[in-house]
This record gives sequence, structure tokens and C-alpha cells, in this order.
Amino acid sequence: MDLDALIGCFASSACVVTQTTSGLIIGMLLFLVAVGLTLIFGVLKIVNFSHGAFYMFGAYFALTGYQLTGSFTLAMLCGAVGTAVIGLIFERVFISRVYGRDVLMQLLVCYAFVLIFDDTVKLIWGPEFKSMGMPDAFRVPPWFIAGGIVPPFYVLLIAVALAVAALLGIGLARSRLGKVIRAAAQNPDMVSSLGINTAVIYGSVFALGCGLAGLAGALAAPVRSMTPGMGFSVLIESFIVTVIGGMGSILGALIGALLIGLIRSFGSLGFPLFTDGLMYLFMVIILVARPTGLFGKDVA
Amino acid sequence: MSEVRAETSVVTRSADSARPRPWYFDILIAIVAFAILVTLPMLFTSKALPDFVIRCAAFGLFATSLNLLVGYTGMISFGHGMFFGLGAYGFGLLMQRADVSIPTAIVCTLLISAVAAVVIGAICVRLKEIYFAFVTLAFQMLIHSVILSWQPLTGGDQGLRGGIKRPVFWGIDLSNHTHLYIFSCALLVIGLLLMRQIAQSPFGYTLRMIRDNPVRASFIGINVWRAKLTVFVLAAIFASVGGIIMSLFVSGAYPEFAYWTISGEGIFINMLGGVTTFLGPMVGTVLLLILNDTATRLTEHYGLVLGVVILFFALGLRKGLMDFVVDWLQSRRESSKGRHS
Repeated sequence: MDLDALIGCFASSACVVTQTTSGLIIGMLLFLVAVGLTLIFGVLKIVNFSHGAFYMFGAYFALTGYQLTGSFTLAMLCGAVGTAVIGLIFERVFISRVYGRDVLMQLLVCYAFVLIFDDTVKLIWGPEFKSMGMPDAFRVPPWFIAGGIVPPFYVLLIAVALAVAALLGIGLARSRLGKVIRAAAQNPDMVSSLGINTAVIYGSVFALGCGLAGLAGALAAPVRSMTPGMGFSVLIESFIVTVIGGMGSILGALIGALLIGLIRSFGSLGFPLFTDGLMYLFMVIILVARPTGLFGKDVA
Repeated sequence: MSEVRAETSVVTRSADSARPRPWYFDILIAIVAFAILVTLPMLFTSKALPDFVIRCAAFGLFATSLNLLVGYTGMISFGHGMFFGLGAYGFGLLMQRADVSIPTAIVCTLLISAVAAVVIGAICVRLKEIYFAFVTLAFQMLIHSVILSWQPLTGGDQGLRGGIKRPVFWGIDLSNHTHLYIFSCALLVIGLLLMRQIAQSPFGYTLRMIRDNPVRASFIGINVWRAKLTVFVLAAIFASVGGIIMSLFVSGAYPEFAYWTISGEGIFINMLGGVTTFLGPMVGTVLLLILNDTATRLTEHYGLVLGVVILFFALGLRKGLMDFVVDWLQSRRESSKGRHS
């Protein structure tokens, strides 16, 4: 435990800014993964236990896309679209068979795919650590805000995540498709008897969720190292985010992700060995105080 | 547990027992099973066999205890492996650092696991299905990350090394491989016998009732939360016995023992053998370990093989092996009944 470092950090604005930005990018990446998880759960009533694997695919697709085209934008697209396609196939072929079956079966099918996906990545890209490196466009000196270091890439990452949050929030609340999706989450039988193909809705929501996880992986590719199995800790953390924020709530996912990001980044100063523990501790406190999460409806 | 006893007559009437068995029936089976296990190494001289049986004992206890939660109570714990890990690390650390006798270390380890289970269970058991699964999983990851980061005590990602001392107690010398083998078999048989008693007791039937209809159970006056917490703690204790056997077997403890994949494998073992019979998880354990050994010998992509097998069972067969055996026995019994009448 190193409380002095934590208190010392709060005394200097430079340290606060640096830690906050690093907390924000952890939070934003988590948000992109968690929002997909919560969306899929809200509509399909399935917790995609293999969601972390899509984050991993996103990162590896972006790596390959970047190596092939040299364009960072294309690499991001590659990550997001590629994982969305895999997600769609995965949903149509396998997940659609376990709708309404007991949770044990759903978990087992997803567990099987965690193992399969991890080994597939190991087969294609090899078991060793990989890194994509910062794209040239962002190899510029960082900005200094109040003495703290803010790399431009971080700003892009935060902006992309916030844009996704706004688009999703407004799209679900206002657009026709959003209304159909919300209706399908409430009562799929009614929606399908009104002449709407719920299979298409389910497939596209699943693909969207997976695509968002892939986008998160692609955005993380320049700043994190890649390894098969990298998705699992992200899955656990994003599940904690949804537990804190409340299952099925987009705002909850955003707030939960930011809280976890900040806890991790400031916690690593004060409790370097217990950073993970802090996160779990926070989850436990929320669970005991509000079992449905901060913004959750009565589902827990 | 007066509220449990009050409704036993209601529950047992609907029980599936075909004909009453004498109370010592299970004990007889246990004694016969133990005798067979002990004579096995004398019949087959293969050196790999005792090792295989010891691993079966460790994982079998773990998987059967998980079945108390999954099959009997309908609580799908995805973090049960943490108690396996706690058992292995608790026992290993006590033997390395505290210089106590083996029975004392075992009792202390079980106490530690029970206390941990009370705390974790108190938070988790009121959560429903998927939340319960994931929050137990989160606790498992917490314990795993504590083991990794608390290097001075646990050795971090290297695990507990340097071997475990095995002082002789009651004439048993666990550094002797035959003694270790018989000791593990005894723990397995006793553990299974105890769990069988729990499953067949009024409490066991209360658990089945909670699985089938928790609302009704609580209307009858059962404290569902307390019953679930009790079985969570009991299952944790048996799982950590499995961990103790494992730590004796490898003479140490490794972070993988507390990793989430252990829990995943436990769930799959249950699925593989079937959750509707008491011995299903034991059958599943034997199958999975054989599959594990064959797959790791033939390929490095163990996950790929295991994943495909899991899919085959979950989407194709949709049932465990013992479920098929039970169905087959039942249909045979019914057809013979039909012929006689």
C-alpha cells in the first residue's frame, strides 16, 4: 500500500490530469465492450460469455488490417466490421439454438467458444505477445493540459467512445429501428406477430454488440499488447461494469465504465498490488447496497 | 433447521426412490468401491494408473461438490474453482510455513475455505442465475489475482515451490506413493459418501425443491437464502478437499488451480456426466481426464478439441452420459413391466 503516492498525486494538477486521462481511456474501452454486453443481454436475454473473444478479434483484425493497408482508419474498420460479421455468424449458427434453454447450456456453448476462439487466434497469429505500435499520424508530441500529459490518440479514443454512446443512446430512444429493438426486448412474440422479423433484429443486435467489442479491441491495439486470451480479463471487467451500472442500461454502462477506469488508474497509485481488488470491492459494495446496479431496472 | 424437518414428509413422498433401501446401503457401496480402488494397482502394474486415480479423486470431489450446487440446487456457480485453489494453496502454505501436522493442516484449510465461502456466499447467493454465475466468477478472478500479486506469500505466477513436507501421522507416510494413493482414495470415498448423505437427507430434498420452485419453497416456510448459503459452504468445503489432494499430488500449488478455467471444466464435467444422477460428475471426471490426457498428447490445441467436444455435448446430445444410462434403464424397466401385465 502506498497511500502517500495517492495523496501526493492529488496535490499536483499534472498528476491528476495524467491519471484521469489514463483512467478515462480504460473506462472508454470498457464502455465499448460493456455496452455491447448489456445490449445483447437486454434484447436477447443472453449473457455473451464469449464477448471478450470479440474484443480480442477486433485487436488482431486491426493489426492485420494495419499491416496490409497501412491505413489506421481502415484498420479500425477492419476490426469493427470483421468482428460484427463473425458475431452474426456465431449468433445465427450457434447462439440461436440456445434461446430459451437453461443458463447452463448458454454458458457452456459460450465457454466452448472462448476456448475455440483463443486457440484459433493462437493458430493464426501465434501465441506470443504482439503489438501494433502507434500509427504515424499520432506520433506527435503529447499535449500538456495543466501540466499533465495527454497523448492525442487518447483524445481520439475518448471522442470515438463518446460518439458511440451518444449515437446509441439517441438511436435507441428516437429512431424507428431503436423503437423496434426496444419493443423486441420487451415482448418478442408481439413484435413478430406485428410482422417484424425478430430473427433479423436479434442477429443485428448481436452483430452490433460484437462489432462494438471489436472496435474497442481495434482502438486498444495501438496502446495495449495483444495475446490470445487477452479478452477474458476485459470480459470480467465489463461484466463488473454492467453489474455496477445495471444490466440493460446504456447510461449505466457509461457511468460504471468511467468509475471502474478511474478506480483502476488512481488505485494503481495507492494500492499497486490491490488494484483488481479495489474494483471487486467496489462491485461488492454496489451489489450489497443496490443489487440491480446504479441504473438497473428490476432484473437481478 | 426445524423448518426443513417440518416439510420433509411432503417432499419425500414425491421422491423418486423406487424401493426403500436399508440405511447402510450407501456405506456398503462405499466400502466395496474403496476395496476395488485399493486393489486396482495390484491388478494393473501400470505406474500411470495410480496417478490417474489420484487426479480423478481431486477433480471428482470438486465436480461432485459443484453438482450439489448446479444439479441439486440449480445454482450455476462459475467460480467454484476458487475453493479448489484455496484448498490447494491453504494446505500447501500451512504445511510449508506453519509446521503443523497434516490432519491439523487439513482441518485448518477446510475452516479457511468455509469462512471464505460464508463471506462470498452471503454476497452471492441471493443473486439470480446469470448474476450468480458471473459474480462468483468475479470472486474467482479476485482470488486468482491476489494469488498472482501477493508474491512473498504465494510465489506469484511461479506457484508454491520447494515441495510440501509430509510428516508421518497415524502411521501414514504420504511421501510414500502407495500411502498417498490409499489416502486419496479414502478421502474420495468418504467425501462422496458424505455428499451422498447430504443429497439424500431432508436438507437435500429441500435443495431440490428450491431448484424447482423457490417461491413455493419460501411460502412453505423455508429460509431459501440460508439453505442456499449452507449448501454453498458445504460444497466449498468438499471442493477444497479436492484441492488438498491436488496439492499433495503435485507437492505444491499453482495459480492455474485457482484460474477460472477450472470452474469451467467443473461445469463441463457435470454436463458431460449428467447432473441428474449423483455419480454423474464422477463419470464426467473420468471422461474429461481421459480426453484431456489424450488431447494434450496428440495436439497442442487442447482448447480447440475441448471446445468442439463441449459443443457436441451441449448442442448435439443435450444430455450427460449418465442421463442416457438412466433413461435406458427406465425404458427397459417399463417395457418389461408392460410385458408382464
